Amino acid sequence: MFKEGKIKEIREKKAEWEGTTLKKYLDTCPEKKDVFETSSGFKVERVYTPEDVSTFDYIRDLGFPGNYPFTRGIHATMYRARTWTMRQFAGYGTAEDTNKRFKYLLSHGETGLSVAFDFPTLCGYDSDHQMARGEIGLCGVAVDTLKDMEIIFNGIPLDKVTTSMTINGPAATIWAMYIVTGLKQGVPMEKLGGTIQNDILKEYMAQKSFIFPPEPSLKLVVDTIEFASENLPRWNPISISGYHIREAGANAIQELAFTLADGATYVEAAVERGLNVDDFAPRLSFFFACHNNFFEEIAKFRAARRIWAKLMKERFEAKKKRSMWLRFHTQTSGCTLTAQQPINNVVRVTIQALAAVLGGTQSLHTNSLDEALSLPSELAVRIALRTQQIIAHESGVTDTIDPLGGSYYVEWLTDKMEEECYRYFDQIEEIGGVVKGIEKGFFQREIARSAYKYEREVGEKKRVVVGVNKYLVDEPVEIPIFRVNPEVERRQLRRLRKVKQEREKGKVEESLEKLKNTADKGGNIMPYIIEAVKNYATLGEITNSLKEIYGEYKELIIY
Amino acid sequence: MVIYVSKERIRVLLAKPGLDGHDRGIKVIARALRDAGMEVIYLGIRNTPEQIVEAAIQEDVDVIGLSILSGSHMYHVPRVLELLKQKGAEDIAVISGGIIPDEDKEKLLKMGVKKVFGPGTPLSEIINYVKGEVKKRG
Repeated sequence: MFKEGKIKEIREKKAEWEGTTLKKYLDTCPEKKDVFETSSGFKVERVYTPEDVSTFDYIRDLGFPGNYPFTRGIHATMYRARTWTMRQFAGYGTAEDTNKRFKYLLSHGETGLSVAFDFPTLCGYDSDHQMARGEIGLCGVAVDTLKDMEIIFNGIPLDKVTTSMTINGPAATIWAMYIVTGLKQGVPMEKLGGTIQNDILKEYMAQKSFIFPPEPSLKLVVDTIEFASENLPRWNPISISGYHIREAGANAIQELAFTLADGATYVEAAVERGLNVDDFAPRLSFFFACHNNFFEEIAKFRAARRIWAKLMKERFEAKKKRSMWLRFHTQTSGCTLTAQQPINNVVRVTIQALAAVLGGTQSLHTNSLDEALSLPSELAVRIALRTQQIIAHESGVTDTIDPLGGSYYVEWLTDKMEEECYRYFDQIEEIGGVVKGIEKGFFQREIARSAYKYEREVGEKKRVVVGVNKYLVDEPVEIPIFRVNPEVERRQLRRLRKVKQEREKGKVEESLEKLKNTADKGGNIMPYIIEAVKNYATLGEITNSLKEIYGEYKELIIY
Repeated sequence: MVIYVSKERIRVLLAKPGLDGHDRGIKVIARALRDAGMEVIYLGIRNTPEQIVEAAIQEDVDVIGLSILSGSHMYHVPRVLELLKQKGAEDIAVISGGIIPDEDKEKLLKMGVKKVFGPGTPLSEIINYVKGEVKKRG
């Protein structure tokens, strides 16, 4: 990109500057610290010049938007043609409560739905199980049977919206419930659009809503990928997620490397099943967090696209452009929000959302200002959505594609992220792959180490968190706190009892038996889960049937 | 084999009750307490109040720390207190942390929880509190 002579001249000029102008400044006004670092611990230089990106090749490393290696974006027009999807994660209480919240969000201009499930649902327990006590409808909506799903989407035509569902361990069953709800509305499978998170590998590293051991879980994921590629062309059967890894304590580079390594593991497993990479890879989607270290986050997104494109093209020999696309959803960071002076969180969310947009995200969830205190109130959710709308319509950052492309710092950082990511790939390969890494506790240890380091730095004030270790005020928090109606538990249990009474018991048992047989023989179990769901088998019944075949995962205690 | 456990070291049992998988905070605290010289028994995620109380008695701990970010604290924490009482083990101090609204914090303190730590609490504050609480009890 730069002629050798020019680089030499810049180097000389820089040395000259360091000896004169800079020296004079440092003598009178020293810098705040000796070493400046990004959140991943990369040393940040005082100023970046063409010398730092002297090997940079525009066509090879960036190219044009919509062209390989997609560093600048996966679409040729990006936000000039279509703004990202504003998708706010929501769900609480019973199906009726969530249905109401969805209709509220749709009427305020939201363009996609995203369902949060409560912990019993996430872990595959029915609401009447002992482990569900005290958790029903709290962190999301409770779903026990098809009935609940029918109510959540009552009056919302499933061929007109796309729905993302954060569900992993029991993803296949919840997806089956959505599919059958669609069929009952008269919407055929091929017209359903949306995403199931279904990324089980990261559950063992973070978030922890696993059920079965890694190996059969991975097989189950391939079942859903195969089923989607044959029947639901508009569905993303997996959202390979770094978000939870990051929130559990990982830094940006760990988030990037572990997520892409998970992605490669799924592709490998699907190819091993005999699927053609170009038949399913276009429907793989990703999900990242966006934290406060602005440029590092942007570099992370740009590097992610480039690394994935190379992986798909070179290692998996994908031919279609779409197979090489890293399409991703972003959520601003929950763990950077503070309970102290919570209104300040609006500013944090704005910075993070802006970085996600400058990084070329396809959809975005902005967190609400009160999330360090409780589930978000309606007002807080609206402010979060408005934050996205202000970025989209008022800031002008969407007018040109990848506006930070060519910045010496951002390009250097993007290269650095890529380089460090490969270092982690090598380490994971040495361990024997992602599943082995999980079994040995490699990822868990890495994440715990970073989380502890971060907390220590905050404690020692090496890292400033406004309102927490600097600029404190002593005043009570006065923002409205959202509460789930305590009646939820009783209402949910009553509905579950009613469904169980009204269904045909013989049909339920028969379909569960067929499901177990197929799971035992290693066949694709999706059609059998759908059958069981149609007969109103509960989530817990289906999960238990599969536990009989696959076993249960017990986590390693690592801290 | 009999393992002799010196009672000079403070023994703390940490656990996540219920199904909540947010274990970042409690793991950081486990490590901080351990680095501060305490004996830490971390039970991990997905524990029932019964399992927690049983382990606490068996391990003869001074303090139980419960972390809950899923909103289920008003079920799980009182249940642990109740079971401790039933077993005659109320001398074990219960502290908790996570996402707990102020209103609930007051209620939990009245029920007998010794301390509720909110998000952003410095690790040193938690360490000092545990040390002080155990010392007070002799």
